[in-house]
Amino acid sequence: MAAKRPSGWAVRLMALDRRVIFVLIFLATALPLLFPVNLPITASPRVKAAFDTVDRLPAGTYVLMSLDYEPDIKAELQPMSIAVLRHCFRKGLKPIVLTLYPAAPGLIERALAIASEAEGKKRNEDFVFLGYKSGSQSVILGLGESIRTMFPRDFWGTPLDDIPMMKGKNSYADFPLVINLSGSAIADYYIRIAATRYQRPMVLGATAVMATDYYPYLSSKQILGLIGGMKGAAEYERLMDITGDARRGMDAQSLIHVTIALLVILGNVALFFTGGLKPGGSGGAREGTGR
Amino acid sequence: MSGIETWIAAALTLCVFSFLYRDNPLYRFAEHLFVGSAAGYLLAVQFQNVIKPNVIQKIAGGDFLPFIPLAMGILVLGRLWDKATPASRWAIAFYVGIYSGIAIPAYLQAQIFAQLADAVKPFEPGWHAINSVLVLLGFLSVVTYFFFSAPHRGANGAVARVGIWFLMVAFGASFGYTVMARASLLIDRVLFLLRDALHVLPAA
Amino acid sequence: MRNGPLVITFLVATSLVAMFFIPHHKVQEGQSVLLNWANVVYAFALILGSLTLWVSHQKKVLARAEGWPYSVVTLAALSFVTVAGTVQGVEEGTLVNRYYNMVNSPLASTMFALLAFFIASAAFRAFRARNAEATLLLGTAIVMMIGRVSVGEFLWSGFPPVTEWLLDVPNLAAKRAIALGIGLGAISTALKIILGIDRTYLGRS
Repeated sequence: MAAKRPSGWAVRLMALDRRVIFVLIFLATALPLLFPVNLPITASPRVKAAFDTVDRLPAGTYVLMSLDYEPDIKAELQPMSIAVLRHCFRKGLKPIVLTLYPAAPGLIERALAIASEAEGKKRNEDFVFLGYKSGSQSVILGLGESIRTMFPRDFWGTPLDDIPMMKGKNSYADFPLVINLSGSAIADYYIRIAATRYQRPMVLGATAVMATDYYPYLSSKQILGLIGGMKGAAEYERLMDITGDARRGMDAQSLIHVTIALLVILGNVALFFTGGLKPGGSGGAREGTGR
Repeated sequence: MSGIETWIAAALTLCVFSFLYRDNPLYRFAEHLFVGSAAGYLLAVQFQNVIKPNVIQKIAGGDFLPFIPLAMGILVLGRLWDKATPASRWAIAFYVGIYSGIAIPAYLQAQIFAQLADAVKPFEPGWHAINSVLVLLGFLSVVTYFFFSAPHRGANGAVARVGIWFLMVAFGASFGYTVMARASLLIDRVLFLLRDALHVLPAA
Repeated sequence: MRNGPLVITFLVATSLVAMFFIPHHKVQEGQSVLLNWANVVYAFALILGSLTLWVSHQKKVLARAEGWPYSVVTLAALSFVTVAGTVQGVEEGTLVNRYYNMVNSPLASTMFALLAFFIASAAFRAFRARNAEATLLLGTAIVMMIGRVSVGEFLWSGFPPVTEWLLDVPNLAAKRAIALGIGLGAISTALKIILGIDRTYLGRS
């Protein structure tokens, strides 16, 4: 029996220049931003759990917030930080904020400025920003015994003992909740040390890349809620009834996902029609590389 | 940011995006600028946020204990010179010891004991018990897959195969979320260009 | 010369482990001091990274190696930010803070935003349902991509519960097993370092 000739369109598709794909992705991003549809956003159970954990705290409760991200992942975590900070401020909570990422202080300062201005809060009366400290694990462990040893001054150089809001607050024991918004293994350190060793209730916000890895800790109640990626941030904004960059980006997120899903399906269909997609086979010889 | 600063940020953004067409001098300029700026910011932040409050200001205040970490830090910097490298090992040994010491109880408590305890907890009531059974079976089958000391043949092989299926679902979920993460980064940049640089979208 | 550092590693690590079990406040204060020293040493290690970058690019410029003008850009940026940041600080209102918002932040964000394009291109070219396992992975990825965004719920109300089930059951089971494996691996690596079996962190003799 003669071998089936591969379909012409399939071969041309397999050799598609990748810059065409780049243009499609750019259009899938820009068009929904320019012409928003505002598809409804429903909060998932894990984000709702995170929200409820913060919401249940009475006014005046101190919360330790570790915001650990840099510009490369700020798209996901900056809107999350702003939404969670605004939630804390609305509830009258007292966030003590720190960061373990050297390139983060500029971003955290902006997030605090945006959130505090929106909710009418003042530095050192309603929140404290301790700034950055190197060391990650050793800092997280050190916070269990003495915040002042780790952070003798706040970000602007004021000694902690000169800040009335910090009076009597010196370790995890003084914080009924720890919130970590992180794009790296720092989340693991907080789970191991703050949540497990020091038994602090903890809420975690993570980038979407990492979020799926933390479901075991949700099950074991080592973390009480999980906000994953920009979608999680959008869900939190929805629960807060605010519109930040996360919510603004959801239509674009939807279209990009649909585009990539269609590209994957199309790639497999094209490979099938070129005869490269055999059950258990490699099919590599027939696959075009495109440009 | 002022108007000119926004335009500079937008121009640098486009320099990086030009790589999508092909590698070019604009992209390489932006890349090298980024590397230098990031390294410089790291240095400045370490000095302002760590060394100044924890060493300089404490020594100036009469506390001389910080001379010890300062000396160790200077030993670490000795790695820049071949002759000083052996001395730097003392400082490196100190902080490797610290992190190794922290790791053992932390991993044992949080990742071994806590997760094993949750793995063997009683099943959920009602129909949720099916999920509990699946979680336990999945956990055991994936652990079997990762145990390479026994060959994956016969019954062991069959269980390991089930483990692979659970792993494929987990990796598929991770891939879906990874696409979400990468898309978010692009959305942020395009939002900046359209809103802050070109003012085509209303201000936040 | 290497035995001294090995002894230091052993003593410091075993002290930290012992301190975990001793709740006496003096012991915990001692632990805080040791941890703070480690933070300072770590800061110098990060500074070492920046200085190594300086040395490497300086060599390129002095040797007029290929691409040396770009190295001048790197050195200029590194010098400017370091000096301005060290002298004036990095808080809002400082020169470095404005530079950070204008240069560092957009460049870092955009470098990683490129990944969205490459992941789309790679998904089209390389994500192939060649066998049952790959099909399972691909199917789950597509369900997750569509189901976790607003359009998924709009198309079919069943998407969110399906994606939640995938995350809460098979994903949880596999990730728990992976976490267990990572934990065991990390403990064995730490033990090898503490006991001096693994000495790679000391470099070549």
